[in-house]
Parts: sequence; C-alpha cells; structure tokens
Amino acid sequence: MNRSLTCIVCPNGCTITAELDEHGAVCALSGAACPRGEAYARQEIERPMRMIASSVRVTGGAAPLVSVRMTKPIPKGEIMRVMEAIRSASVPAPVAAGDVIIADVLGLGSDVIATRSIDQKAV
Amino acid sequence: MRTIRHDAVIIGGGPAGLAAAAELDRLGVHDVLVIEREKQPGGILRQCIHEGFGLARYGEALSGPEYAQRLIDELTSRGMKVMTDTTVLSLSQDRALTVVSREGIARIEAGAVILAMGCRERTRGALAIPGERPAGVYTAGVAQAYMNLYNRMIGRRAVILGSGDIGMIMARRLTLEGAQVEGVYEIMDTPSGLPRNISQCLDDYGIPLNLSHTITEIHGGARVTGVTVSAVDAQLKPVPGTQRYIPCDTVILSVGLIPENELSLEAGIALDPRTRGALVDEHLQTGCPGVFAAGNVLHVHDLADDASLEAEAAARSAAAYLRGELPCCGVSVVCGAGVRYALPQRVSGGQDVPLALRVSRAMGPCSIVLRQAGREIGRKRVIRALPAEMIHVTLKADQIGGCEEIEVSAE
Repeated sequence: MNRSLTCIVCPNGCTITAELDEHGAVCALSGAACPRGEAYARQEIERPMRMIASSVRVTGGAAPLVSVRMTKPIPKGEIMRVMEAIRSASVPAPVAAGDVIIADVLGLGSDVIATRSIDQKAV
Repeated sequence: MRTIRHDAVIIGGGPAGLAAAAELDRLGVHDVLVIEREKQPGGILRQCIHEGFGLARYGEALSGPEYAQRLIDELTSRGMKVMTDTTVLSLSQDRALTVVSREGIARIEAGAVILAMGCRERTRGALAIPGERPAGVYTAGVAQAYMNLYNRMIGRRAVILGSGDIGMIMARRLTLEGAQVEGVYEIMDTPSGLPRNISQCLDDYGIPLNLSHTITEIHGGARVTGVTVSAVDAQLKPVPGTQRYIPCDTVILSVGLIPENELSLEAGIALDPRTRGALVDEHLQTGCPGVFAAGNVLHVHDLADDASLEAEAAARSAAAYLRGELPCCGVSVVCGAGVRYALPQRVSGGQDVPLALRVSRAMGPCSIVLRQAGREIGRKRVIRALPAEMIHVTLKADQIGGCEEIEVSAE
C-alpha cells in the first residue's frame, strides 16, 4: 500500500510517497528532497507529532497576550488537550521571550515558552 | 520645517526593512534611518505567532515575533534604532521625504531610499460580493491581529473565502481556540497558499478545502448569519443550481495581498501591472535613481525569509549606489508562456542575476526556460510549478549576448 504525504518541515512542501507493508510499516520512501523529510514521513506514519503556537493571557502587562510555542513537538492527538492547558493559563507581567510558561505540559516532555517579551503596564 | 539628512532611509520596519538596515551597516553605511508607522518594529511578524519563520536565514523554525526579535537585536547590537510611530507622507523623485510623528512634520533628504512598506490585504469591496453588509466579515490579517495581539475572539463558526496562507493559518488558529471552521472556498481550481499549509492547517483539523467554489452572497442584519456558496465554471462564473446555504457568524477573506505602493506612485515610480510593485533592474533599483524596493512592496513573497534576503540584496545595491558604482541595465526580461511575472525586469548582462518568478497555472514536472533572441540561455527543471510557490532561477551573465530581451517561460 502507498501513502502520499505533504512534508511540513520546510516551505518546499515535498510530496513524499511512502510504501507500506501489510503491518503499516514503512518499507520505502520517495520524493523527499532531504533526510529531514524522510524522518518526518517515518514519524508521521508511526506517530504523528506537531508543534503548536498560541497565546497566553497576561495580567498587568502592556499587552493582553503573550505569544507562546512548544519547545518540542507533541503527539497530534494531544493538540486539543494542550490547547486547553494553554487557554487556562495566565502569567503576570513582565514576561521575557523564552520564559517557560508551562513546564512539561501534560507530562508530554515539551515546555510552553513565551516567544515575545511583555513589559509591565505603565502606571 | 525641520530638515535632516541621512545617507540611507528605509521606509518600513518589517522583515525587509530591518534586514536591509543591518546589511547597510555591515557594508559601512552607518548613517541609516528606518521609519516605521507602528509603535513597534517588526511589521506583520508581530501577529504571526505560528512557527516556520527563519528556516532559510537561521536554520531553525521560529515564530514570527522571535524572527522579528532576531532582526531587532541585530540592529540594537549595531547601535541602530528604528524611528517608530512615524508615517511617511510623501516621497519625491530627488529622494526627499516628508514624515510626520509626535514631534511634528519633518523633511528628510536621503542619499538612497529603500522601499520596504510591505503589502495590504484585498478586501470585500474589491471582490464585490453581493449581499448584506453585516459585522463579522474580516480580512485574514485583521482577524489575526484581533486574536493574536488584542485577545479578541472574532466568532464561533467561520467560513473562509480564499486559500491564501494567512486564511489557512487562521482556520487552524480559530479551530485551536474552539471555533468551528466550516470550510475554505477557493474560486480558482488550484490553492493559492503553500501545500504544507493545506496539510498542517486544514487536513490536520479536518477542514475541507473546496476548490472552484466561491461565496455568492453574505447574509445577516447586524451580524453575519450565513453565506451562500456556489460552484464556479471554467470562466469563474457561478453555476446556477449549485448554491448552498451555510450558517456562520464569521467570514474571513484571504483573497490576495497587494503591494502598498501609494508612496511609490506619488514619487512617479513606474509599477509592473503584474506584480503591482515597482519595475526594477537587477540592483532592485526602481525607475527613480537611488530608490530601491524589496520585500512584499516589490512583489508578494511566500516567506518572510525571502523578503529579508531580497532586502539585503537591495541594501548592497544601495551601498554601491552611494559609492557611485551601479552599472546601467539595458536588457529587458519579459514573461513568455506560462509565466505570470518575472523579476527583475531589466538586467545589465554584467553579472549573474537571481530571477524570481511565478507561473500562471499549476504544472507538473516542467522546465523554466530562459531565451534570448530564440536562443536558450538557461534552464531549470522543477518537479512541480504552482502559482502559490515562487520559483528562483539564476540568469548567467556569460550566457547573455547583446541587448535583445530575455524571455522567461514555463514549458
């Protein structure tokens, strides 16, 4: 059986064709322009992982939100649960880019970190 | 009115303008002024909280704010500043600018100018969608700003018109925030955004992409209550009998970006009707000597990284111009079969030039072919060519003979 994937590693967006055996394991890959694409395709077939980005409420900040992202990809099936955790979080200003907002979110081994700095609201 | 003078003035402090400023300083042009309309530098990157920026320049996937911060940190480390909260009101042929800020109006004379104003979004008015005029219709970038900068949820049930990248990214963003996205409707038969965004923003969340479909009516009084969508034929005309009503409270338009060239037009700079950006030579110099253009104001890019790289090239040209070293460009580059636009539109023949182009329709494996007076002078094979993906090909100086025009085609 063949499965066709669009690689999301970089903007090239290679179309990768994976040949699967009867157990669904990858036996051959074609179409990837680089090894990262091949790694992506194997991962995607075995256990799809995603990075997600969102924002977290800031209290007492010069802006109401701080943008955040994951430090490592999380299982695709956990995205909505991680979003729940992100939505229910809030952080007091000031926030510095790189600050850990939620450590090891849901025990998935990935931190939610700030991607910008937010000063305290000027009084 | 105060008059100040700078060797180089950059209009716009986004991914193009900031990169150009650092490059000028690196090249020994230290008297550089970057003018930014917003209160903070960074441009559109500030609201692009998703990751995927920086792969080309930094070799890692950054979010928009992080990518912007890298550029800002680079300027800070060079002791450079961006003049924020300042709007350029006019630009003249002799590179004099009128700017307004809290300090009042000032006149700035520039040795060289780099246009880096970016682009703006095509709106509902430009599409003439029939129907009511309720609240709840947003362009994708405005929706993005509300959600990512101002913490305003824009709706619960959305329909997205157009398959531009920002529309798809907002489809994912809305879904992550708990809204329901009914689908993306694209009038053309090919998506206008990148394949990876179809995969990671739509397919991942089960959001259908309906090609050859458009919104034919928006319904609602005070707020959107629904839209009518219809299939379109090969002439893009709605097919009678295919109408379908979709209840929703939000319509997001992702129907194209237009380079922001009001200042350029006022300065008498000629634009290319295909790109809607300035006509430029291989130095990215516009028809007005000493005025250069780069990034989305020149042509809409797929990637911020590419806008920054192009701006660095414009900065190198501006530095050479200030030294009085720019050779003139007498060879035209024109579009042949299958090519929607190619840029730059003029070259000198004296050096290799990276051409950027887009095809006019989707093609499978094909070649981008460069010809001069019928003679092939360059060829690049690609495994696919999509209007959504900018293609880069190098025009080799040693292949150019004479000053006949060079034709770029996809075959």
